[in-house]
Amino acid sequence: MRGGALLDRRLLFVTGKGGVGKTSVAAALAELAARAGKRTLVCEMDAKGSLAATFDTTPLAFAPRELSPGLFAMAMNTEDSLREYLRLFVKVPLVGRIGPLAHTFDFVADAAPGVKEILAVGKLAYEVREDHYDLVVVDGEATGHIVAQIGAPRVIRELVQVGMVREQTTWVTEILEDPARTGVVVVTTPEEMPVTETIELLGRLETDAGVAPTAVVANRVLPALFDRRQAEIVDRLPDAEDVLVEAVGPGVRQVLAAAHVTEARRRVGNRHLERLRAGIPAGVDVLYVPELFTKATGRRVVALVAQALADELDVA
Amino acid sequence: MRRKGPVPLDALLASKEMVLVLGSGGVGKTTISAALGLAAAVEQGGRVLVLTVDPAKRLADALGVGALGNTATRVPDEAFADIRVTPRGELWAAMLDTKAGWDELIRRHAPDERVRDAVLQNPLYQNITGRFVHSHDYLAMEQLHDLHASGQYDLVVVDTPPSRNALSVLDAPARMREFFGSRLLRWLTVPYRSRLFTVASKPFYQIADRVLGSGFLRDIADFFVLFQAMEKGFVARAEQVEALLGDARTTFLVVSTLETAPAHEAAFLARELLRRDYDLGAIVANRVLPPSLTRRGAATSATRLAAAAADPDGALVPAVAAALGAAGPPVDERVVRDVLVEVATRFHDVALVAAREAERRAELAALTPQVLDVPHLDSDVNDLRGLMTLVAHLRA
Repeated sequence: MRGGALLDRRLLFVTGKGGVGKTSVAAALAELAARAGKRTLVCEMDAKGSLAATFDTTPLAFAPRELSPGLFAMAMNTEDSLREYLRLFVKVPLVGRIGPLAHTFDFVADAAPGVKEILAVGKLAYEVREDHYDLVVVDGEATGHIVAQIGAPRVIRELVQVGMVREQTTWVTEILEDPARTGVVVVTTPEEMPVTETIELLGRLETDAGVAPTAVVANRVLPALFDRRQAEIVDRLPDAEDVLVEAVGPGVRQVLAAAHVTEARRRVGNRHLERLRAGIPAGVDVLYVPELFTKATGRRVVALVAQALADELDVA
Repeated sequence: MRRKGPVPLDALLASKEMVLVLGSGGVGKTTISAALGLAAAVEQGGRVLVLTVDPAKRLADALGVGALGNTATRVPDEAFADIRVTPRGELWAAMLDTKAGWDELIRRHAPDERVRDAVLQNPLYQNITGRFVHSHDYLAMEQLHDLHASGQYDLVVVDTPPSRNALSVLDAPARMREFFGSRLLRWLTVPYRSRLFTVASKPFYQIADRVLGSGFLRDIADFFVLFQAMEKGFVARAEQVEALLGDARTTFLVVSTLETAPAHEAAFLARELLRRDYDLGAIVANRVLPPSLTRRGAATSATRLAAAAADPDGALVPAVAAALGAAGPPVDERVVRDVLVEVATRFHDVALVAAREAERRAELAALTPQVLDVPHLDSDVNDLRGLMTLVAHLRA
């Protein structure tokens, strides 16, 4: 199976440059897993609400909500995560007292490296450790921030010498650095900067964050419609414009323009895909999701992306 | 402020001294920023600086900015000569260097050498400066202020950093100001200054000590105690930087593609600019499909083309093959047939996207009459020639 048994992992971080469709891919992977009978949690890490929009649902909260059978969704929130942490590990039951405490903590967390991330990543690793779900899919930070997110336990270990947090980094790191349990999916489009950032991230992910990349999803790929001989004809069609206009009307100029734009985009995209394939480490598969020509948004898009990924992963 | 009618790009650039380019990730902000700078340098003269954040390598090379930190470099005359353009002014480019920018701020605002060195050598300093209060965003604004105040440039174009929240650039100066004024900062640093725990903060420190370990917390507090010594300078500066955003000489350009998510973000940003009474110069709709694709005649022609090309006895395929053969090397009729059928069938897919784009564009046009369209180009823009093509579209 391509994608290295992607859905058999327990914790999947999905990342990618802004605008490449990271959230749709995270949602689609979660939907696929749930459809395969896995109890699945998908978590949005920033508070932008794009995961909720992708699922056509009301804003998500820290407490997971079952969107469809076996598919749970939540939104990460540092303060709620801290409350839960204090309740579970520090045994601080007094919620009233935590109020201002959480504020202060949020502030420290904003300033101190890794604290916010460890609360978030720790929460997700906790769900895995406690076997609350078969698979946790994380709509993670963008490529520029994902290393800070996944690598947080390492940073904390460097900076914090004693205390409970340090002890916790041990089991969190164990889960994160186990390639059988944790994977990273990098989403890109066939464009210059997304591909460059993907190659760059794949090159340093394992060294900097201790987590091995699992797969790359090339999103919005325009399918090759023409072989070389046909492509040559497409390029030459403007020479027959007069004949075509006479036969089927002046609207054919737009038809030719559409073919030209699409072919040009596909060719540029192809070059970037070649660069991608040449630049990624051995063992990391590329899964292709075609450009969707649909007027639908939300859940329908998730279903279409899920179908494309199912074909690539060879799962039902 | 709302404009009455569209203003040509050149008039807009001529009337401003600072241009801030906003938009969500992946929409082409950096390239558009470079094109705007180029347009001003070529057409209006004077010294124009483009401050970029993270340009694609080839574009950075074309502009002559490498990993040299935040020193401005001038795009050489030869580069313009190569594309047969004689600019009236000078085009300069610089790259935002967060680390160097922070060090510079500390040097400027530290009250004495002891504080300066203590901060620069603090083990947490590098980690923290890279992260807190959205330091990228603040530094971009800070540098804009410096560059403008230096009096060296007639126009400064700033390509803003990719952020998790598009508004964080606009909020950065206020957040920096509030950070120093916050009770929380005082509260956090009090016990380590006076060694007296207040009643309110005691439970916090007890728990925090257990969780984080007292050493870590003390490191953080030490750092902020040092930082507080720079409060006056930082706050005064943040106020000036904030004032710059609403200055009459500043304008904002919002860049977007016409896909759903970026366009919604662009609309949100534009509304927010208007709400804050900042100058929304224009919205740039980047990589758009030709709007003519949605004309009804186009779909009709596509349907007729599909039928005519598929007809085995039809006259169209031989006629097209003959026309192509007359203009170039001979072609195989079967290949022509396959291509025409495919082109005609696929047209509807592309037209669907174009129709969706037209809706998005109408939503943006409701916010400002100034929407500049840049079509899908046949290749990536990564040199001056490509940027000139962009400029031509922005002007049209």
